[in-house]
Amino acid sequence: MSQLSQPHLLGIKNITTSDIRKIFETADNFKQVINRPIKKVPSLRDITIANLFFENSTRTRISFELAEKRLSADVLNFSASNSSVSKGETLIDTVNNILAMKVDIVVMRHQAPGACVFLSKHIEAQIVNAGDGTHEHPTQALLDAYSIRERLGDVEGKKVVIVGDIMHSRVALSNIYCLKKLGAEVMVCGPSTLIPKFIESLGVKIETNLRKALEWCDVANMLRIQLERQDIKYFPSLREYTMMYGLNLKMLENLNKEIVIMHPGPINRGVEITSDIADSEHSIILDQVENGVAVRMAVLYLLAS
Amino acid sequence: MNRRILLNAKQIEVISQRLCCQLMELHGNFKNTAIIGLQPRGVFFARRIHRIIAEMTRNTQVKYGDLDTTFYRDDFRRGNEIHEPKLLNIDFNIEDLNIILVDDVLYTGRSVRAALDALNDFGRPAKVELMTLIDRRFNRELPIQPDYVGFEVDTRSNEKVKVEWNDEEGNKIWILENNSLT
Repeated sequence: MSQLSQPHLLGIKNITTSDIRKIFETADNFKQVINRPIKKVPSLRDITIANLFFENSTRTRISFELAEKRLSADVLNFSASNSSVSKGETLIDTVNNILAMKVDIVVMRHQAPGACVFLSKHIEAQIVNAGDGTHEHPTQALLDAYSIRERLGDVEGKKVVIVGDIMHSRVALSNIYCLKKLGAEVMVCGPSTLIPKFIESLGVKIETNLRKALEWCDVANMLRIQLERQDIKYFPSLREYTMMYGLNLKMLENLNKEIVIMHPGPINRGVEITSDIADSEHSIILDQVENGVAVRMAVLYLLAS
Repeated sequence: MNRRILLNAKQIEVISQRLCCQLMELHGNFKNTAIIGLQPRGVFFARRIHRIIAEMTRNTQVKYGDLDTTFYRDDFRRGNEIHEPKLLNIDFNIEDLNIILVDDVLYTGRSVRAALDALNDFGRPAKVELMTLIDRRFNRELPIQPDYVGFEVDTRSNEKVKVEWNDEEGNKIWILENNSLT
């Protein structure tokens, strides 16, 4: 069924290191494909993929759709806002109705953590998690690690700090699993109110001082503050957050080494990262987006085969 | 499993030279012709042909590329063995070139069909020709025939032809016969 150890991609937690390496090697080939004049191969021409987005998304959705189209799959797009979900239909009913139209793979983003795991137990199709609430965002973690590998040669032994809203970030959790599996050292940095208590059990370092974290790391992955998920106040004001944890060019220039800056998007310019860094050669933000298509093509190709 | 040698290193060398002479007869100085080896196993033979052609024509600029057809195969999701994608390396424009596709063993013809599809994605060549070191002529599943053949062999489907590329001296072609199927 699948060339990976799992029939679905629900999270990085339950795939193996060799799965990740296989995805990267396949993505290398697809990166070559998407840089050709004709950016398309016919591998998935008899496969139908449904993109079910119950939550807003720009990058991930476009990236998945492009990946699917470049593999010649038939693509079906669904967003919750203009569907029967607003009429009270349950998740399983919605998905089963879509599957009745002969869909092979479901790519789903949902606001509830574990929604993809739940679905995988109840339906026949293969599922790719495109972000489930505050839980996991596996393809983002894969493309982040792939981009580090591309820029620095290897992920193993590299020091990566994830800065920001660790508590509400699915990117942080998936990144921690992925980077640890590939042998990187991981640190999380942010206000102590936004660092979950259990995080140390994943084998990561904790730092609340951004300058110290930057001095330690080779790569800094800056996250957005997820105000839409914060039901209470975790810090006094965004301005104060920016003063303590916002990255600016002066801080980078004061370091006596080069570090790579990443951001999964969407960027809040002037909050977690200033424009002069986001647009500088330190940043690989747009490489991440390009690699996202190749990595997602690899995931879909390996799952489908 | 029985195995017997079909061709030894010396015979492979003579055949390669002969095929290169045939190519030169038709393609002259190779100004408008490129050699493309099929991954995974055809590239060894293709590189060898490319080297000999370069020596014979004294033209070191003969275009050469490796073509991987993994994503163009017609047995994807059909339970067959898994093919790992290999390096694809064509750094020239194939538009209006004469292309010589080179593979080691021509069997069902399906790899060549995939290669023709893949080639299409790089442009429209003026002409495509096929060269194979070994032609298992009675096992074709598609109407595909080679233009240049090293050696024809009549095999059954329970047999396998294996080309072993070592150093110059150690090259061999084996026929492997699986008794359990006979």
